[in-house]
Amino acid sequence: MALVLNEEQQLLKESAEGFFAEKAPVVQLRQLRDDKSEKGYSADLWQEMAEMGFAGVIAGEELGGTGFGYVGAGIVAEAMGTTLAASPFMASSVIALSVLNAFDDDHSRAIAHKLATGAEIATLAIDETSRHAPEKTTLKVSETETGYVLNGMKTFVPDAHVADKILVLARTAGEAGDPDGLSLFIVDTGAKGMIVDRTVMTDSRNWAKITFENVSVSSDNLLGDKGNGWKTLEPALDKARLVIAAELLGVSQEAYRVTMEYLKERKQFDTIIGSFQALQHRAAHWYSELEVTRSAILKGLQAADSGQNTAWFASLAKAKASKTAELSTNEAIQMHGGIGMTDEYDIGFYIKRARVLQHLYGDFNYHSDRFAKLSGY
Amino acid sequence: MSELETFRLEVRNWLEANCPDSMRTPTKGLEDVCWGGRKFVFESDDQRIWLNRMADKGWTVPTWPKEYGGGGLSKAEAKVLASEMKRINARSPLNSFGIWMLGPALLEFGTHEQKLEHLPPIARGEIRWSQGYSEPNAGSDLASLATKAEDKGDHFIINGQKVWTSYADKSDWIFCLVRTDFDAKKHDGISFVLFDMDQKGVTTKPILLISGNSPFCETFFDDAIADKKNLIGEAGKGWTIAKYLLTHERTMIGDIGMPVPLSSLALDKMELENGQLDDAMLRGDIAAHEIDAASFMFTMERAKDEAKAGASLGAFSSMLKYYGTELNKDRHELILKVNGSDAYEWEGQFSNDGEIARNWLRTKANSIEGGTSEVQLNIISKRIIGLPG
Ligand SMILES: Cc1cc2nc3c(=O)[nH]c(=O)nc-3n(C[C@H](O)[C@H](O)[C@H](O)COP(=O)(O)OP(=O)(O)OC[C@H]3O[C@@H](n4cnc5c(N)ncnc54)[C@H](O)[C@@H]3O)c2cc1C
Repeated sequence: MALVLNEEQQLLKESAEGFFAEKAPVVQLRQLRDDKSEKGYSADLWQEMAEMGFAGVIAGEELGGTGFGYVGAGIVAEAMGTTLAASPFMASSVIALSVLNAFDDDHSRAIAHKLATGAEIATLAIDETSRHAPEKTTLKVSETETGYVLNGMKTFVPDAHVADKILVLARTAGEAGDPDGLSLFIVDTGAKGMIVDRTVMTDSRNWAKITFENVSVSSDNLLGDKGNGWKTLEPALDKARLVIAAELLGVSQEAYRVTMEYLKERKQFDTIIGSFQALQHRAAHWYSELEVTRSAILKGLQAADSGQNTAWFASLAKAKASKTAELSTNEAIQMHGGIGMTDEYDIGFYIKRARVLQHLYGDFNYHSDRFAKLSGY
Repeated sequence: MSELETFRLEVRNWLEANCPDSMRTPTKGLEDVCWGGRKFVFESDDQRIWLNRMADKGWTVPTWPKEYGGGGLSKAEAKVLASEMKRINARSPLNSFGIWMLGPALLEFGTHEQKLEHLPPIARGEIRWSQGYSEPNAGSDLASLATKAEDKGDHFIINGQKVWTSYADKSDWIFCLVRTDFDAKKHDGISFVLFDMDQKGVTTKPILLISGNSPFCETFFDDAIADKKNLIGEAGKGWTIAKYLLTHERTMIGDIGMPVPLSSLALDKMELENGQLDDAMLRGDIAAHEIDAASFMFTMERAKDEAKAGASLGAFSSMLKYYGTELNKDRHELILKVNGSDAYEWEGQFSNDGEIARNWLRTKANSIEGGTSEVQLNIISKRIIGLPG
C-alpha cells in the first residue's frame, strides 16, 4: 500500500478540516471552559458529527458507520486536534468502539451500533493510578449467582460523566502486574454504587474519577471470556493510541502554523523576527519533526486497517507524536514571547491539550520502553 | 494474476538464476562496493558478472529509459525489483555518482545526443564520475565559485581549483561548475560542463581525513579542455542544473536505507537482564533513536510514494538530508557506546583495523557533504516555510 492518502481519504480530510474550522473553532472550547459547561461539549456539534458520519468512522455500514477505518479516524482526529474541538469522539467513537468491535456477539454489536450512530456515548476506564499501567489493574470482582460485583476505583477516564456506558477493566484472577486474569465489563452509568466525579483538568476537557462500591452487574455484562480481557483490549487500545497520536499531530501542526504566521509578521529591531536565523533553524527542525511524525502515524493507521498486529506501530507513533507535541507546544510559546503566555491568546490551549493527550494511555517513556520490549531488547 | 505480480515472478526467477551466491551477502565495507569505471578493479569474477548481467537488463538504473541504458521500468516495477533484490539480500550491482547525481540531471537537462553519449556508460559502470562543485572559497556559498572557463569557440579552457572532490583520483570524468561570465551576477555566470579527467590539464591530490582514509582530493585545472558539446544547458544557466542535481544528491545522502538495527548490534554485544539490555539508560537512548529512525524510514517511503518516478523532491530533499544525516551521526555515537572500549581500537584484526571508530568518524561528514545541516535548515526555512531571507 502506498504511504499516502487515497482520493477518498483526501476528500474526508478536506471535509473534516472544513467542518471543524467552521463548527468548532478554538473559541468554542474557550467558551465551554469559561461557562463551566455542564456537558463539556456542544451537543449540537456532536449531533452534526454523527450526521457527518464521524461518530461511526471506524464502524462498517452494518453498524451504521461510514467504514473509513483507522486511517479515517486519524484524519478526523487530526482535524479535531487543529481546532481543539471538544466532543466524545475519542472516548466513544474510537476507544469504546474499537473495544466493542473486538467482540463478536449480539450484545456488543447492538451497543456498537448505538455508538457509531452517536445515539449513545461510551468510554473506557483503565487507569487506577497517575501512571498508565493496565497490567497493574486491581479493581476487584466477586462472583455472585447472577453476575458480578465490582469494587475499586478508576481515574483519568475521558467523558465518563456524559457517557451512557462505561467499559471497565477489572481483575477476576491473579495479582496486580499479571496480564492474565483481567476481564472487561460494561456498566451503565446509572448503576447503583458507581460514583462518577468529574475532574476539571488542564485541558478543559471531560475527565473523571469513578468509584465502584459494590456495583452489581449481570453476567451478560462481562465482555468476552473471563480472565482474557487484556488480550482483547490491548490490540483495540493500540488502535486507539494511533488515533490519539493523530490528534496530537493536529495539535502540533496547528501550534506550528500559528507560530510561523507570527514569525512572519512580528517585528523587532526593525525587522521581521522570522528573519533571525536562530529562530529559522529551530522552525526548520520543528517542520522536519512534524513531517517525520506524520509518516510514523500514517504507517501505523494503515497497518491497523490492514489487520496487522499494531502494537509496535502504536508505540512507535504514540512515542514519536508525544515527543513532537512537546517540542511543538514549547517552541510555540517561546517564539511568541510574552503574548504566548496570555490566556487571551489561544496557544495556551494547545500546550494544555497536548500534555494531557501525551499522557493518555502511555507517554513517551511508557511507549519507548514498550517499543524496546516489542523489538526484543 | 495482476501484471505486477507476473512481473514479480519473472524478476524472482531471473534473480535466482542470475545473481551469484557471493553477491547475496552483505557488503563488509566500502571496499566491496562496485563503483565501476576505467580504473576499477573487480574484487571477484562474481562482482563483474553480476554487474554485467544487471546492466544487460538495464537494472543498474531500473527507471531510466531503455534507449539510455536503463530498464524502462515504472516506479511500481522498480519497487518490485528492489524488494525482490532485498529478499535474497542481493548487493547493489553498481553504485556511482553517475547514477545518483549526474544521471537524473542529464535526463532533465541534457540533449538527446548528450544523453546517448553519457548515460549508457554510467548504466554499464564503464565511466566513473566525480563532482566538481566545492572550491577553497566556495563551500556553503557555492555560487561564489571562481574556477574560470574561457570560451574558445568549440571548446572551453578551464583554470582553477576544486576541493573535497570525492574519489577524484579514481574517477574518469568530472561534472564541473565553472564560471563562464565574470561580469554577470553571482548566480548567473555559472555553467555546468563535463570533461574527461584523463588529460594533461587535470591533476588530483588526495586529502587524508580523520578516519585515516583519503576518499577525496584537491583537484587542479591548468588549461584543462572541455569540449563545447559537453556544456549542459546554456552557458550561464548552470546554477539551475547544479541545484537540481543537489536535490538528488541530498535525498541520496539522507537515505540511510535499512542498516542493521542498532538494537541488533546492541543485543550481540551487551548483556541481558530479564530480557532487557543491562544498561537501562543506554537502552532508553537506543529506543529513542530507533523510534526516530523508524519514523524517518517511513518518511523516505512516503516521499517516494508521493513523488513521481524520478521526479525531484525539491526542497523536501533538504529535510530528508538534514534529518537522515543527523540520525546517522547519532546512530554511530550510540554504536560507540554499545561497544565500549572495543570501539576505539584503531589497528588490528580484532577490530578489522578500527572499523567502528573509522566509520563513526566518517559519519561526521554526513552533515557537511552535499550542503551542511545549517544550509539545509536555511533552505527549509526559506523555501518551505517561507520565512524572509
Ligand atoms: C566527505 C565529504 C565529501 C565531499 N564530496 C564532495 C564532492 O565530491 N564534490 C564537491 O564539490 N564537494 C564535496 N564536498 C564538499 C562539501 O560540499 C562542502 O564541504 C560543504 O558544502 C561545506 O563547505 P565548506 O567545507 O567550505 O564549509 P563552510 O561553508 O565554510 O562552512 C563552515 C561552517 O559554517 C556554517 N555556515 C556556512 N554558511 C552558513 C549560513 N549561511 N548559515 C549558517 N551557517 C553557515 C556551515 O554550516 C559550517 O558549519 C564533500 C565534503 C565532505 C565532508
